[in-house]
Amino acid sequence: MAPKKKKTSTGSAGNKGRGKEILTPTPVEQPDHPEDIFPIVLTSATQELFGCRADEDVTRESPFKLLKKDSIVQDIKTRAAVSDFSPVKQTVLDYPEDEILLVFDREFTYGQRFYLVLTPKAKDGILCPPQPETLEVLENRINNTPEPKRWISLGSEKEIDEECVKETRDKLLYKFSRVRRKFGAPVCFSDRSAADAKGGYLECASYQDSRFSIKQMQRDCGMQAVPGLQSSSAQTQWIVQRNVFTQYKARELSKVEIENILQTESLKNFLNSVTFRLLKALQEEEVMKVFVDDCKALGTESEAGDWSGNVSEGLMLYQAFSNQNYTADRKVSCINWHPTIFGVIAVALTRRKVEQLNESAVSDTGASLIVFYSFSDPSHCQLLLECPDDIFAFEFCPSDPNVIVGGCTNGQVVLWDISAHISHLEGTQSSGKTVSETFELDDKKENKTPVVRYCAVSALESGHKAPITDVKWLPPTFEVTRTGSPVENRNHASVQFVTCSPDCSILFWDVRVKQLSQSASDRKQQTTPYAVPDRFKHLDWTWKPLFRVSLPKINTTGEYAPLKFNFEPYTRESTTDGGTDKADENEADSDIPDFSQLSAHSARTLPALADVNTKLYIGTEDCEIIYTDWKLVKDDSGRMHSSKPLHCCNIHHGMVNTVQRSPFFKDIILTIGGWNFAIWKEGVMDGPIVLSQGFEQVCTVGCWSLSRPAVFFIGKENGSIEVWNLLEKTNEPVHVQAHATNDTISSITPWVASPKQHFLAVSDCLGIVRVFEIPKKLYIPSRNEALSMKKYFEHGEEGLKDFLKKKEQWDKQNAELDKPDAATLESEELTVKEYSDYLTLQESILKGRGLMPAAVTQHH
Amino acid sequence: MAEVEETLKRIQTQKGVQGIIIVNSEGIPIKTTLDNSSTVQYAGLIHQLVMKARSTVRDIDPQNDLTFLRVRSKKNEIMIAPDKDYFLIVIQNPSD
Repeated sequence: MAPKKKKTSTGSAGNKGRGKEILTPTPVEQPDHPEDIFPIVLTSATQELFGCRADEDVTRESPFKLLKKDSIVQDIKTRAAVSDFSPVKQTVLDYPEDEILLVFDREFTYGQRFYLVLTPKAKDGILCPPQPETLEVLENRINNTPEPKRWISLGSEKEIDEECVKETRDKLLYKFSRVRRKFGAPVCFSDRSAADAKGGYLECASYQDSRFSIKQMQRDCGMQAVPGLQSSSAQTQWIVQRNVFTQYKARELSKVEIENILQTESLKNFLNSVTFRLLKALQEEEVMKVFVDDCKALGTESEAGDWSGNVSEGLMLYQAFSNQNYTADRKVSCINWHPTIFGVIAVALTRRKVEQLNESAVSDTGASLIVFYSFSDPSHCQLLLECPDDIFAFEFCPSDPNVIVGGCTNGQVVLWDISAHISHLEGTQSSGKTVSETFELDDKKENKTPVVRYCAVSALESGHKAPITDVKWLPPTFEVTRTGSPVENRNHASVQFVTCSPDCSILFWDVRVKQLSQSASDRKQQTTPYAVPDRFKHLDWTWKPLFRVSLPKINTTGEYAPLKFNFEPYTRESTTDGGTDKADENEADSDIPDFSQLSAHSARTLPALADVNTKLYIGTEDCEIIYTDWKLVKDDSGRMHSSKPLHCCNIHHGMVNTVQRSPFFKDIILTIGGWNFAIWKEGVMDGPIVLSQGFEQVCTVGCWSLSRPAVFFIGKENGSIEVWNLLEKTNEPVHVQAHATNDTISSITPWVASPKQHFLAVSDCLGIVRVFEIPKKLYIPSRNEALSMKKYFEHGEEGLKDFLKKKEQWDKQNAELDKPDAATLESEELTVKEYSDYLTLQESILKGRGLMPAAVTQHH
Repeated sequence: MAEVEETLKRIQTQKGVQGIIIVNSEGIPIKTTLDNSSTVQYAGLIHQLVMKARSTVRDIDPQNDLTFLRVRSKKNEIMIAPDKDYFLIVIQNPSD
């Protein structure tokens, strides 16, 4: 539609012209003619032809003239170039309609009198709209406001319908009124939801109706394969081992170079400058020891930190054990601490000899017992070991503390196994006694101390003929064969022990099954009366010693009667198969070999140990110390017999009652007997390296201290304990604990319970065992005590050697002194002879003179 | 040469001296009173120790320098006197 608005743009052509004509206030149109308008000049002839004469046919009022296209075309054809329409020929030809509008342009709007409207659109624009434009301007203006058009529904009324809130039904009106009497009373309204009341609402719950379940028969699903990414890595190991080695050699200078260097000035200067300070440093070392605290070294270790008020010098009584039932009139012959359980001590009780002398028959004051005491319960015994006869010596097996071997007065050897009561013994440490259910002889005893019967006892005829005075286990590191040669011990357990007795023999026993005793084992299927552990069943009553060492006297006939002996504890030092040994030892520790399963290996299969010291130190009844070898040797007749002792020394004046090796030095032995003691060094045959003077009291027993190499304890007949410290005083004890017991001390055994508690168990002939606690001063070794003791012993040895040398010299001198006797005799004879000669001479002279008196007759 | 000998003798006569080694700055022994294998071992090891000690001292204070080094062990004492070009090692047995 042609815009009726005023338009200043050059958009629509015809209207503009038109508008311009009518509306004066429009801005000036551009003078150029628009495209649709073509100003044309029409001659009068043409005017007349087409009936558009100016001011006649076309006037101001009706300027339009519709000309027929055909006529124009004809005109063009007729008059060709002369025609006025020739410029628009093409346009006219193209003109779609039949009639073209010609407009009389009176004002020369486009520059000519007439113009042609070339497009039908513009023609329409010009022709039609002017009609309303003939109206006044004002009306045009009013018409400019958009007229309301008819609304076309585009669907928005539906949205509006949806959005607007309409009442679906009429509002319900309820009118409530109250009872009249309640008018005016306050009323309270409250809300109630439909859910509060039971019938408040009716619910139509949805439920799955199976009629309507539709099974999905087909489902479209899409799959997408996604490549799963996984990163992995592998590393190869270079398995092929390759030896790589480098070898280097230290650089050296050649001789020539060294010579050159030695000549240089710089070396000389260097030496000059350096020597002084070096010498100073060297001498400093001599002058003062920088790192050694001399003041500290002066004091002994025990005083260092012990500032508590009660520093006791002597042995403090810790506990005393005695039990009326068992120890009433007994004396203690031997005490031993239990190697592993804290605070358990085993005491062997024997009848006192005094009583035996009085009675002709052995009074049976009860069975012979070994009694176990524990620290936790001093008045009651923990365990009793029954023995066939009085025990003079017993020992715990070093590899298995449950096995105890003892030697009786009748020469038998007895074995006990207390493994069943170990828990009982251990249990006594924490709480009181626990009752043991089995292994009881007397159920009626009120203290219910368990009694253990011996497991095995040797045959009466194959043991000793005299009381056994000493029993010692061989260490688990070696064992001996039937001939006494030491061989390797595969079992890593002590399986053999040695006994000695004054019947002049030392017997070696083996705990294991012997190969030949099959018949014996059949024979003794007799059940033992009480349930005893049958570890040693194979030995019972048929036990024979492995071999016998006799002690023929060195110079005379007869034999020595040993009382105590000692051998060197062999510690395994071979490293050839040390690794396996250690592993075996560890295994062996965990499972102690069952003795009944062990059997004595044939001597040939086990490797011999060459470095075991097979020599024994023996103390005898005749106050001698003997050093002998236990290995049996072949003599000329091919029989094995014991060799003669290597050495014998008689320095004690009483029965030797202790032969003990120092726990710190393998070759130092303490022997105590009679009224003195002696310290021997193994290898030094001539005599003891330390010999004490005789004391007033008989020394009855002694032992080395377990923690100090220089200290040992001696028990005396009057019940006092002497503590000797060879580094402090050599001629008298460091400390004397008088009246430690009331009677002769019969046994002393030290024990290290813990690093702070050292005990000394002392027993006497009244049956009482006292445990003393060793004070710090006596168990903490002083600095370099071992070293000092070693030096001391070396001194002693040298002193001994010197002494012996001097003795030899003295003897020699004495011998020489004896020779002058002969000389004097000779000279005497000479003088006698001379005298007699003189007398004869005198006689002859006097006779010659005739003066000889008649009385003087020959008297030669 | 004689002076060197004389000095060494002076040192050797001190109490407890077990051995003397003169080593050059590279650690090659020049003169020694011990056997060859011990000498070579001592020289090599102590040379490294002296280098380390010297560098330690100089790192802490560049004006400072190492004058003497003593290594005391349970069995003996090793004294080292370093210099610019050489050092002297003496092994002494302490008298206790």
